[in-house]
Amino acid sequence: MRKRVPAAVAACLLPVAAAGCGDTGGSDASGGGGTLTVFAAASLTETFTALGKRFEASHPGVKVRFNFGASSTLAQQITQGAPADVFAAASPATMKTVADAGDAAGTPRVFTRNRLVIAVPKDDPGRVGAVRDLARPGLKVVLCAEQVPCGAAATKALDAAKVTVRPVSRERDVKAVLTKVRLGEADAGLVYRTDARAAAPQVKGVEFPESARAVNDYPIAEVAGAPEAALAGEFVALVLGPQGKAALTGAGFESP
Amino acid sequence: MSPRGRAREGDRPPGRPPWVLVAPALVGLAFLVLPLVGLLVRAPWSTLGTRLVQGQVLEALRLSLLSATLATALCVLFGVPLAWVLARVPFPGARLVRALVTVPLVLPPVVGGVALLLVLGRRGLVGGWLDDAFGLTFPFTTAGVVLAETFVAMPFLVISVEGALRAADLRYEEAAATLGATRWTIFRRVTLPLVAPGVAAGAILCWARALGEFGATITFAGNFPGRTQTMPLAVYLALETDPQAAIVLSLVLLAVSVLVLAALRDRWVGTS
Amino acid sequence: MTAGAAGGAAEGLDARLVVRRGAFDLDLALTAAPGEVVALLGPNGAGKSTALRALAGLVATSGGHLRVDGADLRPLPSERRGIGMVFQDYLLFPHLSALDNVAFGPRCRGEGRRAARRRAAGWLERVGLAEHAASRPGALSGGQAQRVALARALAVEPRLLLLDEPLAALDAHTRLEIRAALRRHLAGFTGATVLVTHDPLDAMVLADRLVVVEDGRLVQQGTPAEVARRPRTDYVARLVGLNLYRGRAEAGTVLVGEGPETLDTVDSLDGEVFLAFAPSSVALYRTRPDGSPRNLWRARVTAVERQGDRVRVQLSGPPFPAVAEVTPAAVAELQLSEGSLIWAAVKATETHVYPA
Repeated sequence: MRKRVPAAVAACLLPVAAAGCGDTGGSDASGGGGTLTVFAAASLTETFTALGKRFEASHPGVKVRFNFGASSTLAQQITQGAPADVFAAASPATMKTVADAGDAAGTPRVFTRNRLVIAVPKDDPGRVGAVRDLARPGLKVVLCAEQVPCGAAATKALDAAKVTVRPVSRERDVKAVLTKVRLGEADAGLVYRTDARAAAPQVKGVEFPESARAVNDYPIAEVAGAPEAALAGEFVALVLGPQGKAALTGAGFESP
Repeated sequence: MSPRGRAREGDRPPGRPPWVLVAPALVGLAFLVLPLVGLLVRAPWSTLGTRLVQGQVLEALRLSLLSATLATALCVLFGVPLAWVLARVPFPGARLVRALVTVPLVLPPVVGGVALLLVLGRRGLVGGWLDDAFGLTFPFTTAGVVLAETFVAMPFLVISVEGALRAADLRYEEAAATLGATRWTIFRRVTLPLVAPGVAAGAILCWARALGEFGATITFAGNFPGRTQTMPLAVYLALETDPQAAIVLSLVLLAVSVLVLAALRDRWVGTS
Repeated sequence: MTAGAAGGAAEGLDARLVVRRGAFDLDLALTAAPGEVVALLGPNGAGKSTALRALAGLVATSGGHLRVDGADLRPLPSERRGIGMVFQDYLLFPHLSALDNVAFGPRCRGEGRRAARRRAAGWLERVGLAEHAASRPGALSGGQAQRVALARALAVEPRLLLLDEPLAALDAHTRLEIRAALRRHLAGFTGATVLVTHDPLDAMVLADRLVVVEDGRLVQQGTPAEVARRPRTDYVARLVGLNLYRGRAEAGTVLVGEGPETLDTVDSLDGEVFLAFAPSSVALYRTRPDGSPRNLWRARVTAVERQGDRVRVQLSGPPFPAVAEVTPAAVAELQLSEGSLIWAAVKATETHVYPA
């Protein structure tokens, strides 16, 4: 169950290589149809869903199916043999676990970046104007847990800002941080700029320069032995291309 | 009256149990036990010792046991009277109330956590007032963990105790009334002792459910080591980066709960 | 509260119990003097248990009155009626020792734990169970449990004691002994006692007065001897084992039912009467006997059943059904079996006639 049979791997690799060579980014491709399965970090939900629609429009008969979730969970599923064609992670570390297991076809490429902002409820009860305010006693700050990428990034950014924060909670993911801020349980939290933007107007994002030190790279790769290797290559090309770039920037991502 | 004269199970020549029952029973058992076997097989036995003594494990375990026990106490304190009212006091809409009691069973715990935030959060319907009047807030506190676990576990107690109350012989209560006992005295000195096994079984279910609680807890109380990070939360987060550690934590939780439940079961529910 | 409303000496129980629940309708006047034991007797579903539960406050009455020693109990809930009740299967609290079962009532009436236990120990002593004080009900025999239940009911010093089938849960062996003991204890009780039973023998032995209830109404009351001698309904006649007929008497002859059959008697009564005779006074013959008996009729045997050392023979009409009681030897001699046709006779001197 854990590892694919080598023969099958070899058989599957052939069309991947072919698709890699004939990478024109065009919309001609194999006329047949098929279903492309994309595993992507939860923060990509809106952008990738839109890109998927566009992909389906330019590939009649093709369906794009998404599995959004925590990058680490997705990585685990892929190394356990889940049938994915493309994997887009929210951190290089999680992509590395996939690549190290030999489940990434080719070298993963960073396609976008995200940075942290301070999210505050719309009425901003804690009067948070800058990152140093987060250290104020009594202010309820929530951060992601160390174990998830946004938590690691938060630690890095706060270290860079030389601010010592005593959070009341280390949440399991960015959305949980956002929920606590949106409901006003927390006075402030560190979230990705894209998340803050998606949660507007209930949540306001406060930018801080030190977040540049903890920019999160998003790598994407085709999965080794992808059932729809040709489509996978084309989807990656779409994400890396100008259309992908435009959609990502629109959502608050930065170009790599 | 002595047990000697009575026919025991062993006295009857046992027929062969029918395979239509035994086969699905074995499948069911395997389904329950195999995931456990999976954990045991994959456990990093060689490093188990060093992983266990890491501070956060014991802290999370202590917090889990403490909060599950407090939650069970709250469930008994409020759930037993609720069960009594449902079983003994006819009132319009009783069916609806009975259905509402089971809501936490069907509600995804994360939704339960959000619902708790909306009511008992700092800006919740009740929580806002508690904060203004007494400076009391529950999110991000151990009390919040206890509340979340109580919310999720209470139906187990209510259902179990209500069933026991319905099965109890009402005539004992009548006998007590003729002896001059008020309803409260009857409840305390007759009803409660008679349904004690049901209360115990319900409390055990409650405790087990509270111990494993994850979704409502992390949503309502957040996650902070030593304060709100119970074992299931620690397991979840460990899974993000270190699946081996997650397995160790799960095994600890499992071992402790099985030990406690086995001990309590023999003592309270007593199968004599 | 309204002491003396019944007019002067309102000692003991004075009640009219009215309970209406759907098709069920009970309306029963009931009195019992202090120290008197009244047995409610009746077939299943007659309402005797309901009457008892109404006295105890376990069933709501829809009318009537209920006074004990002049105090109006009707508006009071069970726990404030100051009664004692022994339930059919005793209902000893299984989680309490015999002592604590008996102490339960005194405790509820505000006595301290120690005083209540002392009182309970006294009562257990009186019913001869001092050495079983620590036993749980599960460890007691049926007879012992009944005595604990009695002690528990008496420990609250009730002015009215209610007993619901107090002997029904016992087996035949212990029953005799327990009944005698219960009779002694009841004799020592100074309040009024109402006892429900379907067993005529229990009622005869234990009660000073019988009240027979059928279909929610009182149909007959009197001392056990009166009731046994002069049953007024088929149910009572069956209970006391007599053949009973209703008819019109004229000059020593009773026209049974619509007639035309008559039975001769030696009583000189005219008008509506009951006529009763014992099964043992019925003589059976294979062929028509010559000689004296004037009450002679042809009958068909419908059942033959042994009872102790006697055999009861059910006879069907026409002219009327009857029960005869003969020896097993007679059964053999007469070759009695179901369906056989025989002659039955009763001497006029064996019949008993009284006004209806």
